[in-house]
Amino acid sequence: MASNIGYTAADRDFLAAAAQACADCAGAIDDDSLEAWPDYFTDDCVYRVETREGRANGWAIGLMHCEGRAMLRDRVLAIRHGNVFDPHTYRHVLSLPRFAPAPAGGQRGTELASARRVLTSFNVTRVMKTGEMTLFAVGTYDDRFVEADGRLLIHERTVVLDSRNLDTLLVIPL
Amino acid sequence: MNTPSPVETDGLFRWPDEGLARVPFRVYNDPQIAEAEQKLLFQGETWNLVCLDLEVAEPGQYRTNWIGDTPVIVVRDPVADRIRVFVNRCVHRGSMLCLEQHGKAENFTCMYHNWVYSLDGKLQSIAFKRGVRGQGGMPADFDITQHGLRELRVDTIRNLVFATFSSTLPPVRDWFGPRMVWSLERFFHKPIRLIGGYTQVLPNNWKLYAENVRDSYHASLLHTFFATFGLNRLSMDGAVEVNEAGGSHLSWSKMATDDAEGTDYASGGLRSMRDLAIEDRRLLKTWPEFEDGITHMIQTLFPNVFLQQIQNTLAVRLLVPRGLDRCDLQWWVFAYEDDTPEQLRMRLMQSNLVGPAGLVSLEDGFIGNAVQRTTRGDQGHGAIVEMGGHGVTTERQSRVSEAAVRGFWQQWRGLMGF
Ligand code: FES
Ligand SMILES: [Fe+2]
Repeated sequence: MASNIGYTAADRDFLAAAAQACADCAGAIDDDSLEAWPDYFTDDCVYRVETREGRANGWAIGLMHCEGRAMLRDRVLAIRHGNVFDPHTYRHVLSLPRFAPAPAGGQRGTELASARRVLTSFNVTRVMKTGEMTLFAVGTYDDRFVEADGRLLIHERTVVLDSRNLDTLLVIPL
Repeated sequence: MNTPSPVETDGLFRWPDEGLARVPFRVYNDPQIAEAEQKLLFQGETWNLVCLDLEVAEPGQYRTNWIGDTPVIVVRDPVADRIRVFVNRCVHRGSMLCLEQHGKAENFTCMYHNWVYSLDGKLQSIAFKRGVRGQGGMPADFDITQHGLRELRVDTIRNLVFATFSSTLPPVRDWFGPRMVWSLERFFHKPIRLIGGYTQVLPNNWKLYAENVRDSYHASLLHTFFATFGLNRLSMDGAVEVNEAGGSHLSWSKMATDDAEGTDYASGGLRSMRDLAIEDRRLLKTWPEFEDGITHMIQTLFPNVFLQQIQNTLAVRLLVPRGLDRCDLQWWVFAYEDDTPEQLRMRLMQSNLVGPAGLVSLEDGFIGNAVQRTTRGDQGHGAIVEMGGHGVTTERQSRVSEAAVRGFWQQWRGLMGF
């Protein structure tokens, strides 16, 4: 079985920084500071939302696919000015991050921690302005980070939803 | 259909005298109407989409789904090499037979007491049929040949697999009519493959979504993404076509398309009202996929199937009612087998415009609920559906019409006896 046993001190430092980046990014969304959300990504990032089923099937199309920070900014602009929807906010609850396990029989990576995939589980509750609260999304962030100017930025984020069901619509990013 | 429905004989519901131009809000929230729909539509005289044929391409491959409230199994019978559809319910005490959405089977074995069915639906064996050491067991006169799975009639058009409980309904091609079949053959004119899929849970009565897709009037009004960012394109030709029964329709248009550069349509009188612009226009890049020049084709098949070609995004959707104020919209996103990598990439970028997170049309996910919320205290009121007149005619020039919505109600009323 694939597993992660024994983190080095450097691994732990890296994961702590990754956890901080994930928390800050989720916080920007939950605080409705959506304009700040793209700043947690690299200029040439990929941000994608797909389902676990879609990933298992190797499907090209998920629910969202943005390439580059400009596309993230466009999403935010559309939320503010272009799209019409029932007003709501999110509340993310994140797990500690972990490295994606090396495949069975594989070697533990000798590559830089920053090149490795970091997995973080999330729960997102959607809170409508009317007060109604719903468990909206459960899944995993599958991330790769890049260090730039002393900051850890998300270079690739695949939001993998555990369920194939999506309630109503997805307009605010996860 | 002249048989009065149970709802009507109770004196509880009558369609208003104005006819198709009024839709009583009650139809979206009356439990008796919903119950009658199960019997008269989904288990009655309709063809229901159950899956795409590629999901049951191999012998023994199955897919489960729902026809209204009824769970069904679609399976390729390896002996007859044809698709069969059964009610997904063990005849013994009613346990669901297949729990998985997809799978491959040699037989169907019920997990509860191990009754076994062959893939043609026949009951093959019963555990402890003769009892244990001569004690117990089924009575000697219990005839297993009399107790197979309930089988439905099956018919296909290209990749779409339909089933019906009716033994008298004409074949699907005749039922939907030639113009609907023409469009389906256009959608599936060459081999396809699945490239995506999800289920969008809609918090509204299924008919509100069925109306929404038939309503080409709302397109530029509810969906403001293109207008906000000055991306509206000229529509050069188009029509809303309704089939003879009324409930199925095509809405198509030929829009000015962008070439590969794809950036300069924000000219003339089509500028953004607020001078807002999106930064990255890669998601607008398209190619003319069909020789007929049609860039947008929305098709509905009565009662609950939707097909789309929105530029190069292609999808089939099936809407399954889940009680009065919920329905599940299953999406199959597809491409053609011979897509080039560039074409697949354009489909991927354009996928940001459609679907539950689609910049251009995500509003459709919640607008049904905006209506649903007001219908509980309806005070006998109903919707006004008069855009484009009172009839169910095909509109050649303007797509600002609710003709296809009226068509839906025409067929619905016919089958429901209202
Ligand atoms: S319910 Fe299926 S075997 Fe008893
Ligand atoms: Fe719409």
